[in-house]
Amino acid sequence: MKKYSITGYFLSFPAITLIIVIYLIPTFFVIFISFTDYTLVRDGYNFVGFEHYKNMVSDEVFINSLSVTFIYALLVLPAGFGLGLLIAIAIFEQKKFRSLLEVCYFMPVTSTLTAMALVWNALLDPIGVVNNTLSLAGIESLTFLGSQSLVLVSLALISLWGVIGFNMVLFLAGLTSIPSHLYDAGKIDGITSGIDKFLYITWPMLGPTSMFVAVTNSINAFKLFDIVAVLTQGGPDRASEVFLYLTYLEAFEYFNMGYASSLSIVFLGIIFVFALLQARFIDKKVTY
Amino acid sequence: MASNFSRFFIRKDFKIKSILSYIFLFAGAWVMMFPFIWLISSSMKPEHEIFNQNWSFWPKELYIIENYYSVFFEQDFIGYLMNSLIVCILILVVQIITSIPCAYALAKLKFRGQNILFGSIILGLTIPINVTSIPIYLGIVKLGLLDTYFAMSFPFFLSVFAIFLFRQFFKTFPDSIIEAARIDGFTELEIIIRLIVPSAIPAIAAFSVFSFVAHWNDLYWPLIVVTSMEKTTATLSMMQYASGFYTDHKGAFAAATAVTLPMVIAFLFARKLFIRGITMTGIKG
Repeated sequence: MKKYSITGYFLSFPAITLIIVIYLIPTFFVIFISFTDYTLVRDGYNFVGFEHYKNMVSDEVFINSLSVTFIYALLVLPAGFGLGLLIAIAIFEQKKFRSLLEVCYFMPVTSTLTAMALVWNALLDPIGVVNNTLSLAGIESLTFLGSQSLVLVSLALISLWGVIGFNMVLFLAGLTSIPSHLYDAGKIDGITSGIDKFLYITWPMLGPTSMFVAVTNSINAFKLFDIVAVLTQGGPDRASEVFLYLTYLEAFEYFNMGYASSLSIVFLGIIFVFALLQARFIDKKVTY
Repeated sequence: MASNFSRFFIRKDFKIKSILSYIFLFAGAWVMMFPFIWLISSSMKPEHEIFNQNWSFWPKELYIIENYYSVFFEQDFIGYLMNSLIVCILILVVQIITSIPCAYALAKLKFRGQNILFGSIILGLTIPINVTSIPIYLGIVKLGLLDTYFAMSFPFFLSVFAIFLFRQFFKTFPDSIIEAARIDGFTELEIIIRLIVPSAIPAIAAFSVFSFVAHWNDLYWPLIVVTSMEKTTATLSMMQYASGFYTDHKGAFAAATAVTLPMVIAFLFARKLFIRGITMTGIKG
């Protein structure tokens, strides 16, 4: 056993060095900078203690970004979860066309969202395909990305398009792993209708998958950045200025590194809560 | 008789349900595919035809050459694609080289501090680049390395996720074979290269796809460290077609096609690998 102890260090040396340089030191520094008024536009810095964190609470821009992110998440999460599950169940019950359907639904996941956002921008244009289709139903032309009330709905729709296939594939894997003898046993107990099967067997058995989907989707919703940067730049009038985009602006547009660092810490805190949630549930993952 | 009768009805009912389910699924699939169809169509159309009220896939006036010419020859688009390719490959190669030995050490060797190392890897899983970007950016600025391939790939040289994944995979490798190899005089490094890596090709391939797609599609980090057109990646180059008020459509969709098509084609050829690679992570893009 002793013989290999040095080999262990030798083999993990590159990884340990990189953990220190990429994770440990930057995390330490981001905490440190968050207690200073450091900016890139002038030399030197002063310690300001918890000033940034105190200011945050009364900063309308910060509150706005949190609520915008929260509303966006509320729009995209239930729909992404529900549709992902519904489509997975529908595909799972079909024998034919399964791989064709899988390809169609999963393709948005692999595509470059930054490029496809340009397409969505054109589709959602006041004279674009979506409005043309709506006008067939007698609905007047809507400004999707340009209006304060619809911009988050539009971003949620685009994200939904990108995430349904991802959730579907995870749910399909979950469905495949449910042993069929459970349904046979259910029959003896009088569980025969589709709804009963879903409520008493499928749904409980999908517990760990559902948890995984919910947590990863939540984290991804909180990390929304790409389509905001390409399509709205937080506008109109901050209506789509999500948390990560605000942090990006503070750091790399205005160079307020101190304040931006404190925002990053809040960001990390929120991600951490989700991660703990996930870890708790993965530990409790029940195997039947 | 009665049972035949009811069976007939159940089957018929089942058929109707199945048809409805297919209609639902194919309607959904159409919505998913339409942006791609629209993109390819628009990349072949002149600007004034893109917003035509009566949309048709095939252009009235073919503009393929004009659009793609303006993308590929009026700017260094091949350069952008090459930048993306170089950065993705650089990241992937370093990730594989740094993660496999560490994962092997964690899975099959015993050394002091092993648990601390594994604990920090788990902790690292929860820290995204968005949190560490400020100090890493400042460090890169201090070293004068802004706008280099190094700056574009450095924060991703270690994938804690790869270590985590490979460790799980290596744990299933039989100890008896490793013992036998040691007796035959294999060094630990030889064991990794000649026994472990070949057995872990499926996991390595799935991870490679995930890593490549994630960094090809990444906008956040290139937006921060790339300052010249010379180092612009294909995904970053999309930003030039987007502004708050006016979007320049000339060539925009030909460019968007050229950025996203490599990933889509690769996906069509290696569907299973892509699905495994992207979903095993829980991290999209």
